[in-house]
Amino acid sequence: MRPPPLLEVHGLTMRFGGLSAISELSFVAGQGEITAVIGPNGAGKTTLFNCITGFYRPQTGRLVLHHPDGKALGLETLPDHAIARKARVARTFQNIRLFPRMSVLENLMVAQHQVLMSASVFSLAGLLGLGRYRRAERAAIDLARHWLDRTGLTSFADSEAGALPYGHQRRLEIARAMCTRPLLLCLDEPAAGLNPRESSDLNQLLCGIRDEEGIGLLLIEHDMSVVMGISDRVLVLDHGCLIAEGSPDEVRRNPTVIRAYLGEPDESAVVLGGEG
Amino acid sequence: MFAVDRYPSVSSFDQAGPFRAASSGVWMEYFFQQVVNGLTLGAIYGLIALGYTMVYGIIGMINFAHGEIYMLGAFISLVAYLIFSSIGGGSVALALLATLLVTMVFTAIWGWVVERTAYRPLRGAPRLAPLISAIGVSIVLQNFVQIAQGARVKPLPPVIQGGVTLDLGKTFSVNISWLQIVIILLTLALMAGFTWMISRTSLGRAQRATEQDMKMAALLGINVDRVVSATFVIGAALAGVAGLMVTLYYGVIDFYIGFLAGIKAFTAAVLGGIGSLPGAMLGGLLIGLTESLWSAYFSIQYKDVATFAILVGVLLFRPSGLLGRPDVEKV
Repeated sequence: MRPPPLLEVHGLTMRFGGLSAISELSFVAGQGEITAVIGPNGAGKTTLFNCITGFYRPQTGRLVLHHPDGKALGLETLPDHAIARKARVARTFQNIRLFPRMSVLENLMVAQHQVLMSASVFSLAGLLGLGRYRRAERAAIDLARHWLDRTGLTSFADSEAGALPYGHQRRLEIARAMCTRPLLLCLDEPAAGLNPRESSDLNQLLCGIRDEEGIGLLLIEHDMSVVMGISDRVLVLDHGCLIAEGSPDEVRRNPTVIRAYLGEPDESAVVLGGEG
Repeated sequence: MFAVDRYPSVSSFDQAGPFRAASSGVWMEYFFQQVVNGLTLGAIYGLIALGYTMVYGIIGMINFAHGEIYMLGAFISLVAYLIFSSIGGGSVALALLATLLVTMVFTAIWGWVVERTAYRPLRGAPRLAPLISAIGVSIVLQNFVQIAQGARVKPLPPVIQGGVTLDLGKTFSVNISWLQIVIILLTLALMAGFTWMISRTSLGRAQRATEQDMKMAALLGINVDRVVSATFVIGAALAGVAGLMVTLYYGVIDFYIGFLAGIKAFTAAVLGGIGSLPGAMLGGLLIGLTESLWSAYFSIQYKDVATFAILVGVLLFRPSGLLGRPDVEKV
């Protein structure tokens, strides 16, 4: 049984000049699922993320995000800040993009800026009574503390984000994304550069987010132990097209996928495939 | 010749002249007097410099129309004060407070309008485009005020008179006018409030985040355009206060004062390290002190040369300024 859809992509095409980075891509990511997007370099995975989060405007196609309350938003029509705030999509980057000269806690507070602003300035209640703003700020700090706990960064709360070790920065990016209270969390190679222990901690964290928050995760990853270990569904892209889709086991045995990763079968590849 | 030079200069306190000073007491008196004058001037430059440095920090652009916002602030405060003092029923303090608020509100609106019309449409354009647009805005505002208010110098009789004399040691004393005290205290209060806003409030966090990575801030749901607007509005309000101070301090203003004061405040921002807020405050004070001490001990005609020599020197030998962060090449 498939869960209800969270993100529906219909006929997405993104061209740069003459080059089609994504052509006619359609898929559905379910609520409460981890959907991995894999494919060789240049397959269009990061371009897909950039379309979802409003970095790029696709030439054609629709990206519909379904909220649990039945609301559906077309991401291709929203400005980037509204994608985070209204559609509630959060994202992390392949190359970490924290605010390096702010403290760890501040990084998490910035993610809740809109909530705090609407509690303070852009509502009459906020102007009249300071109490409401203070309550909102306390709630924001509580949420930040919760995610610091979950990512094991509590003792670093006041350190400068840019000074954290690499693995911590990766976790902080996830914590910051979660502080925006997303429905869909897009992770671009979260395991890149992590050692095996950190990588398995990451798996636990991501499964925890899926199971406890009930949100959907979209994951670009090259580390197959992560992909096969935690994803519910796997999408395989090559040259901007979806070439396979299914459970990790189905995808692993799919001959088209093997060909995309290992190249056209010449004799040695056939021998390899036969042995595997 | 720059219009500013017509003002009674800071060294109008200079009655004895430094080189005729007979005793060390007179020398010290003269020196400390100039320091007080320099700090007052520096406070005004510092307030303007904050606007330059904030805008540069957040969108990497030198807002060369910022000096004109200060000039508008001077005119708005003059008009507002004349109105409030005539209806206020005699309370100078009340009239000044109302003038302060009105000046801040109106210059803030000007700042918002300038950003909205001249800079936001050019966001993402090559860096030269908003710079040219800024110079355009500067010319427009100067001419607007020249036509609307006339080119003649506008005088305001002294509003706050008197002062205190501090006895420092046995042999010398320093005169500080009430106005100088008001200017320095108000500047300190504004800078403290501003520092608190940047470091503690959600808007301040959003400003710092936008400064560090604008795209990422937007991805976290921050309306970056609104944050940039807020930055212009705050910077303009501070420049407006500086305009009010200069109206009260010198008692004469004209449509051209924004140019020189703007460039000097820019020099202050560069000296402190452009993009650094404490740097702008420090740079303002240092430029103010340089000007008043140079005028006192060397030649008043060359005080602008001294200031801009600092600009050239900083750009040559320490482009990141005193408190600025050197640009780290990203790998």
